[in-house]
Amino acid sequence: MSATQEPATQRAVSAEIAEAAAAPTRPDGHPERAYRPYRSTALRSPQRPLVVTPPSLTEMAAPVFGAADVAPIDSDLTRHHAGEPLGERIIVTGRVLDGDGRPVRHQLVEVWQANASGRYRHEGDQHPAPLDPNFTGGGRALTDDEGRYRFVTIKPGAYPWRNHTNAWRPAHIHFSLFGTAFTQRLVTQMYFPGDPLFGLDPIFQSVTDEKAQQRLIAAYDHDVTQPEWALGYRWDIVLDGAHATPPDVDGA
Amino acid sequence: MLDLTPSQTVGPFFAFGLPFDGGGDVVPMGTPGAITLHGTVRDGAGVAVPDALLEFWQTGPDGRVPVRPGALHRDGRSFTGFARVPTDRAGDYRLRTLRPAAPSGSRDAPHMAVTVFARGLLHHLFTRVYFPNHVEANAADPLLAQLDEERRATLMAVPDGGVTGPGYRFDIRMQGTGETVFLDLSAHGLAQPPAATTETPA
Ligand SMILES: [Fe+3]
Repeated sequence: MSATQEPATQRAVSAEIAEAAAAPTRPDGHPERAYRPYRSTALRSPQRPLVVTPPSLTEMAAPVFGAADVAPIDSDLTRHHAGEPLGERIIVTGRVLDGDGRPVRHQLVEVWQANASGRYRHEGDQHPAPLDPNFTGGGRALTDDEGRYRFVTIKPGAYPWRNHTNAWRPAHIHFSLFGTAFTQRLVTQMYFPGDPLFGLDPIFQSVTDEKAQQRLIAAYDHDVTQPEWALGYRWDIVLDGAHATPPDVDGA
Repeated sequence: MLDLTPSQTVGPFFAFGLPFDGGGDVVPMGTPGAITLHGTVRDGAGVAVPDALLEFWQTGPDGRVPVRPGALHRDGRSFTGFARVPTDRAGDYRLRTLRPAAPSGSRDAPHMAVTVFARGLLHHLFTRVYFPNHVEANAADPLLAQLDEERRATLMAVPDGGVTGPGYRFDIRMQGTGETVFLDLSAHGLAQPPAATTETPA
């Protein structure tokens, strides 16, 4: 596999996306790691099958985070600098649940995102869009008793990347989640409803099941919207849940 | 069962979102019994991966799974058992921690649980670090026991004492020659009924 291939056209990548979408979907809704339309998977996806093994006692537990780890201001990304960031102020809230519908309580939720112009505060971001001196783009929160989290931020912009010619990422916020077991760990991305780039984006389309794709998209919620201040989005996250309870020690 | 939220790649720009100061310092410098664990993450072409993020989660030497908060803002005393380290430009990572012990009654040999995230990786990978000195426990470990010698070696930390004290090297190969053993710990994997209980009418 050569590293100096000509970048593909969107048309060619879209054909690959359609081909992958026709293959059987995984029952858990997760993407296949080897997904041709997303070029960087070529050398970074294992070729051997994963080895199926029961989780250890370590893997059935998860790190614990608390008030010492997360300050209240960490969840308001618009207040990390002296001035207000540019862009459309939004509130993003929802619940973190396990697969059995139980809330994931007092657990860490982390986000990071581009600014309103679609630029990340990162040396590797080559997009010629302006940085915002009043926006860094990283946030943390702990879920409450009902598994609820809440962030105040600005709506990130779409941005170009070099997967293929004229490749653009739909606007998204990266999310990192912990459950009560290490096996529930999840890193994902939240998207905004109605984005015209969904059909063209290999990362969004790597989730090939349409119903599963919908689970990556937040809903606009007017009850979350605050008058004269910010638009509201609601997004619930469901983690793998089957190993949330350790095995019965007295059992056979 | 609720439908799961699908995974997406961590992407290349997580640097200001996930890594934190001291993320690899599970214990402070000078802690008695501290070890360093370090290594290089490589892709299928053997090229170093400069934008991977690794997480480690482990028991302490007492074999207890930590339940204390404070892994992000460590107090310098509590063992929280969690490390998060990005790879550098050379694909290298490093952390300082204590040796894990197996919880009492556990069938598993002492190990650290590892999660690998990277640009180009649409769904994280789980693996484990084991230590070669636990010869008997390793022989009885349910995971290690099902692997051949070559694959098993990909999960073994290699002692390489250095100036900073006892050290171990643990390299990760994401694909190809010497590919690290990655794990399916999911319900889906376990949901397959054991052969003995699957009765088909004759
Ligand atoms: Fe992004």
